[in-house]
Amino acid sequence: MIEINNVCFSYEREILKNININIERGKFYTILGPNGSGKTTLLRILSKSLNIDKGEIFIDEKELTQIKTKVLAKEMAVVPQCTEIEFDFSVQDIVLMGRTPHIPRFCAESEKDMEIAKNAMEITNIWEFRNKSINTLSGGERQRVVVARAIAQETGIILLDEPISHLDIHHQIEIMNQLKQLNKNKNITIIAVLHDLNIAAAYGDHIILMHDQRVYKDGTPEEVLTEDIIGKVYGLEVYITKNPKTGKTFIMPF
Amino acid sequence: MTFIEKKSYYKRVFVIGVFLLGVVIIVATNFGVADISLKQTALIIMSKIPIINNFVSLGGIKYTSVIILLNLRLPRILLACMVGAALSVVGTSYQGIFKNPMADPFILGVSSGAALGATITMVFLKQIHFFGMSMIPCSAFIGAIITTFLVYNIARVGTKVPVVTLLLSGVAINYLLSSIISLMMTFNRANIEEIVMWTMGSFSTASWSDVILLFVITVPSILFISIFSRDLNIMLLGEDSARSLGIDVNGFKKYIFVISTLMVAAVVSVSGIIGFVGLIVPHSIRMIFGYDNRVVIPFSALGGAIFLIICDTLSRIILPPSEIPVGIITSIFGVPFFIYLLYKAKKKAI
Repeated sequence: MIEINNVCFSYEREILKNININIERGKFYTILGPNGSGKTTLLRILSKSLNIDKGEIFIDEKELTQIKTKVLAKEMAVVPQCTEIEFDFSVQDIVLMGRTPHIPRFCAESEKDMEIAKNAMEITNIWEFRNKSINTLSGGERQRVVVARAIAQETGIILLDEPISHLDIHHQIEIMNQLKQLNKNKNITIIAVLHDLNIAAAYGDHIILMHDQRVYKDGTPEEVLTEDIIGKVYGLEVYITKNPKTGKTFIMPF
Repeated sequence: MTFIEKKSYYKRVFVIGVFLLGVVIIVATNFGVADISLKQTALIIMSKIPIINNFVSLGGIKYTSVIILLNLRLPRILLACMVGAALSVVGTSYQGIFKNPMADPFILGVSSGAALGATITMVFLKQIHFFGMSMIPCSAFIGAIITTFLVYNIARVGTKVPVVTLLLSGVAINYLLSSIISLMMTFNRANIEEIVMWTMGSFSTASWSDVILLFVITVPSILFISIFSRDLNIMLLGEDSARSLGIDVNGFKKYIFVISTLMVAAVVSVSGIIGFVGLIVPHSIRMIFGYDNRVVIPFSALGGAIFLIICDTLSRIILPPSEIPVGIITSIFGVPFFIYLLYKAKKKAI
């Protein structure tokens, strides 16, 4: 359970204003909103990459600033937007780095760590190019590697910042399905910043819609994705229907 | 193949490397104006190693040979060995912390900062001693730490340190500091030779007290950095990712900066500015063994030691009996290497 109470953050200008969100364990959350509405910043304050100016964040009733970096790393994994790496590590090396918070100081990775990393690579379909250098991969493949690293970290919560933005439609759906599986089978809480409203509607149990540095609306896809709200937030006229195959909310701009 | 799968292979290669270093030390000690045979060299060196010395007798070897070897050549070679190891490890850790393959204590101006600190002390505060210790290493440290701080803050854009801004701010600061050193040289002709030694790099003044100073600082520092080599790998993923993997990024960066700077200061105060070692050695090691810092750091230390002993020996034997500053030799190797790295970075950017 994550509680975000009255959180404010500014950097040269106000980026987050008075944010209040409750996140329940085991649900699939998506964060939506126009560019510059504060989505990425919200993720970065959750992962302690940025320190908030005001308010409090609790993870399982513990204040975020009181949680040690290493302890937090066993609880929460992060898939960042930028996955560029200057040095040529192999895919397998990168995924194994996900095991870092679980390995004691003077030890190397154990057989068990290798097994967990292998499993993560199989889930994300990157096992066959485990020995390739990370810099020879396409953007989409690299993104899958970073997702695999987060899976190998074995945390209760995974934060993802636009995890499918560089992928073609096939790989977008593949990654989202894998995340849904993790969410369902392992009860992992997923919090993903997305741009695609339809994907958010199809996969998210809960949508947090950001607008003008605030949470504009927070609820189920049916509650959040209405013609009225999308009109106000994105300045866009849309027609909303149900996907005839899945019954999920489906948005068509016109 | 991952690190643990190849661990025993690395161990074997490392043992061979240590053996090779021993051979290089003996052969390098053998080179010089006074003619001492290789066998005598080996015997004299072994006579100083505990346990082994029980099996060695120095009968029939001239006393002067023993003195030349033990008091002149050996400290110089051991100094080159430790300076090479330290500079290579510092280069590796700078490259990790800055996430920038071009980082090197010389290119970043840190070595010049240390040299300026040392020069100021030599010119103005030569008489001042601190518990019998010369102030030169301390002032070199202060100079180096200020320079690191300056260059880092000029170069960084947010938490990132782009290649271009880092090189430019390093070059700029380097020029400024070298000019100040030159200016001090023109005002202090009495010390000019000593100061030239700082700016070009040389082991010609090596003594056992230098060897001890360097040993006390570099060996624990290199061990410390090796312990944190896995964290250095993680740092290459970027600071946010490193933090989400449980690394206290700011604390870690501070430790590595301070320890690396301490090593640079110690190195500069005994040997002056020797450039490019921190660039050539780690990258050559990466070409052979890959990018895992748990491998790169120990092998860089070893490779750096061997590389600098060879460079120093060249500087002694190219123009006998005079010497070329060793910094010139490393630059001759280093600059083409630097251009090669730049070329590689350029190709990637396209």
